[in-house]
Amino acid sequence: MTTRAVTDRVRPSRPAIAVIAVVLLLALAMLLAVCVGSTVVSPLALLTGRLSDVDAEVILQLRLPRVLLAALVGGMLSQAGAAYQGVFRNPLADPYLLGAAAGAGLGATAMIVLARGTFAVAVPIGAFVGAMIGVGSAYVLGRAASRTGGTAALLLAGLASTAFFTAVQTALLQAHNSDLLQVTAWILGQLGTASWDSLGLIAPYAAVAAVLLAFAGRWLDVLSVGDDEAASLGLRPERVRFAILLAASLSTAAAVSAAGLIGFVGLVVPHILRRLAGTSYRLLLPLSLFGGSIFLVLSDLLSRTALYPAEIPIGVVTAFVGAPFFAFLLLVGNRQ
Amino acid sequence: MFTRARRYAAALLATALIAGCAQTPSTPTTGSSGGAFPVTVKASNGTVTIAAKPARIVSLSPTATEMLYAIGAGGEVKAVDDQSDFPANAPRTKLSGFKPNAEAVAGYKPDLVLIQNDTNGLLAALTRLKITVLVLPSATTLEASYAQTLALGTATGHLPQARQAVQAEKTKIAAAVSTAKDRGKGLKVYHEVDPTYFSATSRTFAGDIYKLFGMVNIADAAKATAPDYPQLSAEFVVRSAPDVIVLADTQCCAQSAAVVAKRPAFANVPAVRTNTIVAISDDIASRWGPRAADLAAAISTAIVNRKA
Repeated sequence: MTTRAVTDRVRPSRPAIAVIAVVLLLALAMLLAVCVGSTVVSPLALLTGRLSDVDAEVILQLRLPRVLLAALVGGMLSQAGAAYQGVFRNPLADPYLLGAAAGAGLGATAMIVLARGTFAVAVPIGAFVGAMIGVGSAYVLGRAASRTGGTAALLLAGLASTAFFTAVQTALLQAHNSDLLQVTAWILGQLGTASWDSLGLIAPYAAVAAVLLAFAGRWLDVLSVGDDEAASLGLRPERVRFAILLAASLSTAAAVSAAGLIGFVGLVVPHILRRLAGTSYRLLLPLSLFGGSIFLVLSDLLSRTALYPAEIPIGVVTAFVGAPFFAFLLLVGNRQ
Repeated sequence: MFTRARRYAAALLATALIAGCAQTPSTPTTGSSGGAFPVTVKASNGTVTIAAKPARIVSLSPTATEMLYAIGAGGEVKAVDDQSDFPANAPRTKLSGFKPNAEAVAGYKPDLVLIQNDTNGLLAALTRLKITVLVLPSATTLEASYAQTLALGTATGHLPQARQAVQAEKTKIAAAVSTAKDRGKGLKVYHEVDPTYFSATSRTFAGDIYKLFGMVNIADAAKATAPDYPQLSAEFVVRSAPDVIVLADTQCCAQSAAVVAKRPAFANVPAVRTNTIVAISDDIASRWGPRAADLAAAISTAIVNRKA
């Protein structure tokens, strides 16, 4: 069996259709999200620039950066989820299972508590460092527990890391009750403070992660047939797996640092896309990037309009939409 | 899954926190007066009989702590929670008002414990230990706040001083409102609890103060949500064009007039243009005790100095 033979299992007509479909859907979702908010503007007025001064400022300074941030964060979380699922050969793996989110949560909490708002920029940095430590510790622990680096050991190590970081975070909060509201808001996810600056902060990380993961699809397809077979095809499974893990963690950390903890994106979106477009990671990774963007842009639209002018935390919306849908997929999958 | 469990816990925590700030209390009233005991006090946990004048009080509510000292019961206060930072001489401990530990509280051998909400099963645990507890939740109106002060006066044998404290507070608030005259009437106010746009509606004691000035609270539009402290969107705040912004997140989150002015799309908000931004201590803006009068005074000053 050759690498090419393994990676060409996708039916030829599907990739092009799927990519065109998700790109078009994303464009539509973003247009809708930019047009709808505290006031609704027509797409025509938007595209021709015929807006009142207030509308123009609100859309340009608040709504557009928020929509773009939602698209970026959703895409990164979803692509990272797909990559994790490939690395661990487990469709239930996601950024939250491997200690990345818990580590980011602890890092951000530590910064909120210790910096006491003096250094707002410290929070995303804390989240980023925490996420890397979270996944890193899970990986090291998993490797130590299993000489072969088996996926079960890694996933269990991720759970152990998550439990530990969560416990430390809880203890930290217990000692600093006055920061509960701020930390809780962050834990539930937030896009409301999006700005061009916050976009600029994560854009470089997103770009690097997306480029790295763009090359990962072919490797993941090879890995999907088994480590021995992959080695016989000239791949070094452990090194490849580690490299993809780093890229996916970078993606997760950047997303989490910008928008807090938003669950289910990395789990649900790749799962749906896998059913629609097949199992090849060459296609699944880019599709997940766009699919995650669509999912989070629409979820954010719901979060800021459903109870307008009040907002529903974005993490609550993704859980409301994602959890039942995921349960439905599991039930359907089992019956099939 | 651990993560999911944490998310639910966080959601519950947020709800409890916001509900704690927002819940409508069964207004405590005094059932008896003077220094003669026993007395009965109506609190959120029902009508409570206090057999003798308390000599060892533990307060797990920063607002109750401020009230106790304002009515001259500070001498009987033996321990307060870790958030009770006013007055400075209050015996601050590591006791938590959010997640209280019954054994730790009992260790101070109190004959009266004041709590804001019954969390962690504290009320039941202390009741089993035959320790008297008064639950005094967040007041949603100034009248409810005054009623709590009077209830504490009754419960501690300091009712005359409690009446004086309430009268002093009423006088100070009335003076603040009088100074502003009609200049606050119709002004739109945005009361910011944190930089993610959580805000206070009129269904809070702070909202009650804005009503006295005739101001319009922009957060009241969020009627669909249960909390009295809804999270608004930045878009809504900007489009509402508040004339006055009150920042109750200066300590927690380092917010200031300069920081608000730099937020995207805020430059043309009337409050920013006229620099009518009240940057006040988080504690003063969130505690419904005697220092609520300071909030009223700060608002009055901002309104008077506002250049229309």
